[in-house]
Amino acid sequence: MKKIIVFTFIVLIGSVALGQGVTQMNKLPSVNIKTLDGQPFNTSQIQNDGKPIVISFWALWCKPCKKEMEAYNENYEDWQQQTGVKIYAVSIDDARSTQKVLPFVRGHDWQMTVLLDPNGDFKRAMNVNLIPHTFLLDGNGKIVYQHTSYYEGMEDEFFELIKKVAAGEDIAKH
Amino acid sequence: MKKSILALFVLILIATGANAQFSEMIKKSEVHGSFEFDGAYYLPDDAMGITDSMINGRNFAFNGFGNIIYTLGKFSAGLRYEAYLPPIAGFDAKLEGQGIPYLWAKYTSEKFTFTVGNFYEQFGMGLTFRTYEEWSLGYDNSMNGARITYEPVKGLIMKAVYGSQRFYWAKWKPNSRGIVKGFDAELDFNQVFKSMENSKVRLIIGGSAVSKYQSDLDPIYKLPRNVSNLGGRFSLGIGNFNIASEYAWKVNDPSAINKYIYKDGDAFIFTLSYSTKGFGFFGMFKRLDNMSYKSDRTVISNALDINFLPPNTEIHSYMLTAIYPYATQPNGEIGFQLQINYKIPRKSKLGGKYGMGISVNYSQVNNIDRQQVNDTTPVSDLKWESGTLGWTSPFFKFGKPVFWQDMNIEINKKFSKKFKAIFKYMYQTYDIAVLQGHPGEPTIYANIALVDMTYKFNSKNALRWEAQGFWSQQDKGSWLALLLEYTISPHWFFAFSNQYNYGNPVAKDQIHYYNLSFGYTRRTSRIALTYGRQREGIVCVGGVCRQVPAANGFTVTITSSF
Repeated sequence: MKKIIVFTFIVLIGSVALGQGVTQMNKLPSVNIKTLDGQPFNTSQIQNDGKPIVISFWALWCKPCKKEMEAYNENYEDWQQQTGVKIYAVSIDDARSTQKVLPFVRGHDWQMTVLLDPNGDFKRAMNVNLIPHTFLLDGNGKIVYQHTSYYEGMEDEFFELIKKVAAGEDIAKH
Repeated sequence: MKKSILALFVLILIATGANAQFSEMIKKSEVHGSFEFDGAYYLPDDAMGITDSMINGRNFAFNGFGNIIYTLGKFSAGLRYEAYLPPIAGFDAKLEGQGIPYLWAKYTSEKFTFTVGNFYEQFGMGLTFRTYEEWSLGYDNSMNGARITYEPVKGLIMKAVYGSQRFYWAKWKPNSRGIVKGFDAELDFNQVFKSMENSKVRLIIGGSAVSKYQSDLDPIYKLPRNVSNLGGRFSLGIGNFNIASEYAWKVNDPSAINKYIYKDGDAFIFTLSYSTKGFGFFGMFKRLDNMSYKSDRTVISNALDINFLPPNTEIHSYMLTAIYPYATQPNGEIGFQLQINYKIPRKSKLGGKYGMGISVNYSQVNNIDRQQVNDTTPVSDLKWESGTLGWTSPFFKFGKPVFWQDMNIEINKKFSKKFKAIFKYMYQTYDIAVLQGHPGEPTIYANIALVDMTYKFNSKNALRWEAQGFWSQQDKGSWLALLLEYTISPHWFFAFSNQYNYGNPVAKDQIHYYNLSFGYTRRTSRIALTYGRQREGIVCVGGVCRQVPAANGFTVTITSSF
């Protein structure tokens, strides 16, 4: 029976995948996670009035992630003025350090909107294997670009993409 | 029979394929997925004592998964295929094999969510219930059953779960591992009550009840078949202060982990934080007393945990600070953690142009103080009698020995647009006899210092180097380590590292653990290749650890998502 279900599933996915643009994520999955101070938050509430959105997965134990967030934080004011972009920094720290995220974020004076995903539910729904993993959404909430890893200086190129998205350009070929 | 059903399914699919409605459905559908392959090729190594006969023809090892999620409006379904052929050194041998351990379907309406098949869930901090997966450990305790989530009003969430848990590839059978059921409710006052909508006080309370059923086939003891675990929690925010706490109480649950004692268990976590712009304080107190809770009482390995017991120690990621990581002691531990983050402002004397970050962390974990529960039941610090009530223990008393102590300070400074550095010092106490189960071995005391510097040549090229020292008289003695990493944004990295165990009391074990690696990333795809030696040790995530044997060879990791 299980084999049949799996087989049906694969056929279904196969036929869907033949259709155009199905791997394009047009709408964020609806997952219950938490705000920085622990209030329930559904990920379908992520929005920015038609302007670009960045969703970046990070954790306190991940050094490159924290570097990436620091780099975004340093440029955030600038980026917001130019493009109106809003950054959501989703921490996947588990119960060991979920409560440490708030004092860390305030202590480092991060300006981004920080969300907590302590059991990785949003991470799984977004198919994130490794962190850092960053998504760029256009004004309609469609994912137009994503990348994993962070290298020194990557934020400059990323901002060029944000600008293009804010201007309504198609960045599919990047 | 099966074949004919299969053929029927295919026919229906093809027939509906011609249907306009179906093509409309396809247009609205989305498919996403990800995969990862971790491969290894092992080589013999005389210096580390790895011979051909130890490898025994298993030069190749492979862990891989593929994950697919299908979405159509409010409906979604997914599966994960996994293969361990054979598993990479250090992963449980019971993982060898392949299959689909994770298969699920979900329907979400405005107030309800229904999930059938496999799922992951966490109640509060997890002291009563948490299922999750951790690929790097080969850990997966997912539920297989059903879950309902109900949100009658915004801010009130109720959850009910029912099912059995994953145990490697073993199918669930009657009289094997148990069945788990649980209920959880959480109420956010600020969302539910209009009068508190704009209040400066933020209050959330929650409660959960979990129960497991396992038949009793024990030849010696009469064991409880139903064991429940009840929890209560709250989170309170007032201005810059935040308090979160959780308490759980478990009825007696004799198991292989607690050596079959009939003692109730409990767990308590209390955290307090204060934060303001540029300053953060965090304090945590934690106590566990006989709190292992598995859906099979005979299992002692890292599997079938129903609850999650988070450690109260900091996670270290530098090579030499992570030689001796903490492993949660479910039979009893008491500890605390204090942390301060402070950012010295820009343009001050110490802060310079860019400011300077300071972080100080102290954590300590002791044994609980075990005392005799009655005259006929002997007990000592780490020993007790099977088939008894175990021990009794004063709630706030720190017992002997000290399992863990960690004092560290980290300074983070950007000197110019091109150059920044991190300096770290750490003092560590580590009871290897208990934490790694090596009775009789002396406790390790270590001083660790490191510097991590990054120089940015231009907007694409950067060099990072780390120099680290670990000084200790115990176990394998002292170490020095060096790392060089060159990155070309956004695609390439090249790295060389060497960990030299120069202070090993056994001269022939004074080994260089060198590693050479490079990787290429494009969007969400990444390939990394490493050649070198891996030191013996333990890898821990969330207090759950896995032994990693010494190895030499090539490893490759390929990951992608779409």
